[in-house]
Amino acid sequence: MIPASAFLVLAIILFGLGILAFFIKRDLLTQFMAVEIMLNAGNLAFLALAKASARAEAQVIVFFVLTVAAAEAVVGMAIVLHVFRQKKSVRTEDASELKG
Amino acid sequence: MAGSFWLIPLIPALSTLILLLLGSGLSRKWVSIQACLSVFLSFILSLASFIHLLRMPGETPAVVKTLLPWISSGTLSAPISLSFDPLTAVMCLVVTCVGFLIHVYSVGYMASDRDYSRYFGFLNLFTFFMLVLVMASNIVLMFVGWEGVGLCSYLLIGFWFERPAASRAGMKAFIVNRIGDAAFILGILFLIVTVGSPDFARINSAAAGGGLAPSLVTLIAILLFAGAVGKSAQIPLYVWLPDAMEGPTPVSALIHAATMVTAGVYMVARLNGLYSASPVASSVVATIGAVTAVFAATMALVQTDIKRVLAYSTISQIGYMFIGCGVGAYAAGIFHLATHAFFKSLLFLAAGSVIHALSGEQDIRKMGGLRRHLPRTFPTFLAAALAISGIPFLSGFFSKDAILTSAFSSGHIVVWVLGLAGAIMTAFYMFRLVFLVFYGQEKAGAEAQHHLHESPSVMTVPLMILAVFSVLAGYVGLPAVVGEKADVFGRFLEPVLRLPGAVLSAAVEWNLILVSTVAAVGGLFIAYLFYLRYPRTPGVLVARFPWIYKVLVGKYYVDEFYDAAIVRPVVRGSELVYDHFDLKVIDGSLNGSAAAANAAGLGLSRLQTGLIKDYALAFLLGVVLFVGFILFLKI
Repeated sequence: MIPASAFLVLAIILFGLGILAFFIKRDLLTQFMAVEIMLNAGNLAFLALAKASARAEAQVIVFFVLTVAAAEAVVGMAIVLHVFRQKKSVRTEDASELKG
Repeated sequence: MAGSFWLIPLIPALSTLILLLLGSGLSRKWVSIQACLSVFLSFILSLASFIHLLRMPGETPAVVKTLLPWISSGTLSAPISLSFDPLTAVMCLVVTCVGFLIHVYSVGYMASDRDYSRYFGFLNLFTFFMLVLVMASNIVLMFVGWEGVGLCSYLLIGFWFERPAASRAGMKAFIVNRIGDAAFILGILFLIVTVGSPDFARINSAAAGGGLAPSLVTLIAILLFAGAVGKSAQIPLYVWLPDAMEGPTPVSALIHAATMVTAGVYMVARLNGLYSASPVASSVVATIGAVTAVFAATMALVQTDIKRVLAYSTISQIGYMFIGCGVGAYAAGIFHLATHAFFKSLLFLAAGSVIHALSGEQDIRKMGGLRRHLPRTFPTFLAAALAISGIPFLSGFFSKDAILTSAFSSGHIVVWVLGLAGAIMTAFYMFRLVFLVFYGQEKAGAEAQHHLHESPSVMTVPLMILAVFSVLAGYVGLPAVVGEKADVFGRFLEPVLRLPGAVLSAAVEWNLILVSTVAAVGGLFIAYLFYLRYPRTPGVLVARFPWIYKVLVGKYYVDEFYDAAIVRPVVRGSELVYDHFDLKVIDGSLNGSAAAANAAGLGLSRLQTGLIKDYALAFLLGVVLFVGFILFLKI
């Protein structure tokens, strides 16, 4: 039996990697994947705690997160596509018109 | 029909709405008919209500109708409520009768004016407000009418607003009236606080009952009288009325002679319980009235503008009405108000007819010998001049005599002497006008001679009707010596206006009547000597007493004094405040706050780099701080 804390540690590592990747990488697609990793790290934490506390609510929340992630993926990809069409590039430095 | 007395002011109001909203789309004929008809209907309704009142049994005949609740706060209640009692009946009849005739006259006088419907809209609006003023059953609603007629006065004085003098005169009238009205509002507030109700009946009974502190009653009465001084053009606030002659002549006749300017007299008479309870305030009213009556008459002696002579005469005659109210003869004051409304509006309308005939000339030095050219205007003007001079058996004789007799019998001998002096001057300046305008050589130029014509019937018929009233109106108020029941007018008003207590013996009263008659005829005779028999006399007198003449022509330099003492310091002060406070403090702080917001925005906009990573970093920092904060709190 693997203890819940192990899953939580894994979730923290995944989440940290996601943040790291989001800040190191410079193109939208990769950053997008980093966000997905963070989301799934969150899901893992939920499931670990659900198992540890033997309650079902957290599992339900995971489904919600999955749904939101799917919707977010659709919108996010559409935005990336449009940015590419406009700029011929998906690098974030190239889309900085909202500078004050 | 009698129960619908509350419709009296509403008919002109409806007509006003139509005229002012649809004015430009209506034909002139329609406008004239509608405007005149609305006032005529009000007149018929007033007459019906008056007859109803005569037949009403009981001590105090009156009808009251509350139309709408209005101000209701705690124990204070001031509804929109109209009442119709003998005093209101007299005022309504005068306002609607004279008002109707002046509307008809205006159809001829204003025939070629561009803003025909605007003129009649304002005139109807004035009639509405004036009727509200006299029919209101509480002082707060009366104040609405009071301010409304002031507004219409302003609008109609400045009717020809493209003339700078007219718009200036309108502003002057409005501003001078504000001074009196400020005191008037204070008086109303004191009254409500003291009596607890703005209702006239309760105010009068509370004051007559003696339950109020005498000093407070005096204070309230004097504050309210200050408002009347402004509205009725008495010393020291009379300066606006001569300038108000810039308006169209029918307006001068209706607003600045017959009705609005007498609102102050009506107010004092309406609150007669209050004024009777304060001898001090009554003396103030009588004194101001007497001094104004003489002071304004002296200025009327030397004026050369036909309308300005009449304006000073109006100020002087209103002074007489205040004498009547001040010595306790309220009915006599209202009697003079009614007769004055007829003969003074007739004088103005006839003067308008003269001005019309001479293509706009108002200087009496350029008139003369007009009686042959104006066969209808001349006799009517003469009738009114005889009436106002107090020549026996005409209306002005009876009303002026009633006031002077009351002043004498109540022991105000100085007031009586002043009134008598004013009466001599009244006869003199009126016949100075008659002789200079209608007698003597014709002085109009060839061009004006060519255009010289009598006015159309639409203007002369109202003159004739008013002339009939000017001659006969006095017979409703014969002096007491003629018979116990001769004073029909006073007896009709008795339920509202207490009659003076002192009664004179018949011999004394006959003597007083004789003295008044001698004064009137004497003034007339002096004018005859000066301007017909020995026309060089005025010139000799002017050469002999040049400084008296200069002071009179300069109108005692009161306008100049006000200008130097009040107007210019206020304007200068305003300029200083504008330069230093408005421009620097108010504008400065506004501009400063705008600049600060701008600078803050510029600074904060640096945070917006347009780079997603920076935003994400801020987001991350925020989350770390937030989570750290929560964890820290838990520990």
